[in-house]
Amino acid sequence: MSDRIDVKKTYKLFINGAFPRSESGRTYEVKTSKGVFLTNACLASRKDLREAVVAARAAHNGWSKATAYNRGQILYRIAEMLQARTGEFIQEIMMTTGVTKVKAEKEVLQAIDTLVWYAGWSDKISSLTGANNPVAGPFYNFTVPESMGVVAAIAPENPSLLGLIESIAPVITSGNTVIVLASTKAPLSAMSFAEVLATSDLPAGVINVLTGKKDEIAPWMASHMDIDAMDISGLPGKLTSEVKVAGAENLKRIHSFKGTTPTRITAFTESKTIWHTIGV
Amino acid sequence: MNFYGLVDGSEASLKNYLKTLSGVDQVGANARAAMLSTRSIKTSSKRWAIDTAISMVDLTTLEGADTVGKVEAICTKAVRPDPTDSSVPSVGAICVYNDMVAVARKHLDLIGGKHVPVAAVSTAFPSGRASIEVKVLDTQDAIDAGASEIDMVIDRGAFLEGRLIDVFNEIVTIRQVCGDKAHLKVIFETGELVTYDNVRKASFLAMAAGADFIKTSTGKVAPAATAPVVLVMLEAVRDFYEMTQKRIGVKPAGGIRNTKDAIKQLVLVKEVAGEEWLNSKLFRIGASALLNDLLMQRMKMDNGYYASPTYVSVD
Repeated sequence: MSDRIDVKKTYKLFINGAFPRSESGRTYEVKTSKGVFLTNACLASRKDLREAVVAARAAHNGWSKATAYNRGQILYRIAEMLQARTGEFIQEIMMTTGVTKVKAEKEVLQAIDTLVWYAGWSDKISSLTGANNPVAGPFYNFTVPESMGVVAAIAPENPSLLGLIESIAPVITSGNTVIVLASTKAPLSAMSFAEVLATSDLPAGVINVLTGKKDEIAPWMASHMDIDAMDISGLPGKLTSEVKVAGAENLKRIHSFKGTTPTRITAFTESKTIWHTIGV
Repeated sequence: MNFYGLVDGSEASLKNYLKTLSGVDQVGANARAAMLSTRSIKTSSKRWAIDTAISMVDLTTLEGADTVGKVEAICTKAVRPDPTDSSVPSVGAICVYNDMVAVARKHLDLIGGKHVPVAAVSTAFPSGRASIEVKVLDTQDAIDAGASEIDMVIDRGAFLEGRLIDVFNEIVTIRQVCGDKAHLKVIFETGELVTYDNVRKASFLAMAAGADFIKTSTGKVAPAATAPVVLVMLEAVRDFYEMTQKRIGVKPAGGIRNTKDAIKQLVLVKEVAGEEWLNSKLFRIGASALLNDLLMQRMKMDNGYYASPTYVSVD
């Protein structure tokens, strides 16, 4: 009997809860760290980005109004789903980056823990960054953090899975929706992670994952009037000034981070102040 | 009335006239509409298409919750869709319920929008379920209030029962009420007519009865203005022009929400009916949300970056 022919997986984009191919029809080759062909990934175009923004904007109303407790539960659910597929992610990280199994496993486990960590923050962040302000008058004056809206993120090249989760989880914790451009060289784990998202009770459009080239997509993210903020942690230095100039045109908040920190959550919130009369 | 010499007003002549119609190849119509929908319109052609589409929009608000304020707001938007850019053309017309016609007309005149006509939906819109006396009064009322276009609905029940002469006579009656004061658009509600053959039949019936425009839908029933239905109606006006040398307009309404959809409609018009139909006198698009998307696409072409709905008015 002849050997069975392997069923190849098609890696597509993740927009509005569905897995479309790029509108442009373009793909690019994903190779191992040693240069051996692995698979084709979608080369997202600016129109794919535009579709993703429309989806993210539509999803924002529902997601930002969900209770913080509910958002935390869903983030925790994503961690559960990811844990069940640990083996697959280890394989994909090893194939694309060439790291040892021990290192890959460490990355996946850390990614799961990071999700749980941010899940825990969702119903605590407003207690910590909100305030009851003293005012000289018969009023209560509260400050509460609220989500900004649609955030675009450039995930770092490496670590491909952990970096992706670092740029997604804190952003959605506070009620933002996100469009993330995954690692260009190692997009496989990002697209498999999208399958995890699709089975985690996450409403469609809250997270949208694109694969492609940073120099093609990032400037369009920055100039897009309907994206409120950007996480450019994974942006190469040579693109930074172009993106910041384009983002300044529409007063976009643009941040860059290192590591796991609650600052990643608070950077994408805005403070709302509420005045309320004190009853007679 | 001589009905272009096609019908003498009797049931027998109407039946004979409609009997001569060829059937519609449903699969062919779907395929041709799908094929024309794939055409890519870019750069200066797209720019032209956006401005042309804006000038063809019948900016519509047909809600039970319509208020004077809302009608005045859309009138303001109709005259100058983008307040920051005077090169954007005014829309084709304002389309409102009967009782809002006077409000719309007055406000348009006040703000320099005398060139924007007001269309009223009439004849017990959207169901059409009322006696002919009520429908006549409904229409007369709208014309008296200043409507220069009447969007009437046909009695779909009668049409589907085969009482075509009743449908025909109703259109003729409303046509007489309109006289030369108002344009008559006849709405078929194609989503309720079931087949393309019926759409073609209704088109020829309405055109012979004196319609100036044939319109797909009320916007209250889905599916509404699908590409194949519009294709069938455009073929009907083209064929009718060959028979009578009279050009009848087409107005798709309902479900056309973005620029891409609108441009697809323009491609259909150009390829099926011909370039003579590519203006707001012979082609209109009934829509509300579409206008904002057209404006956003226009901004994108001018500024080079994607626009946000935050920068266009909500309605």
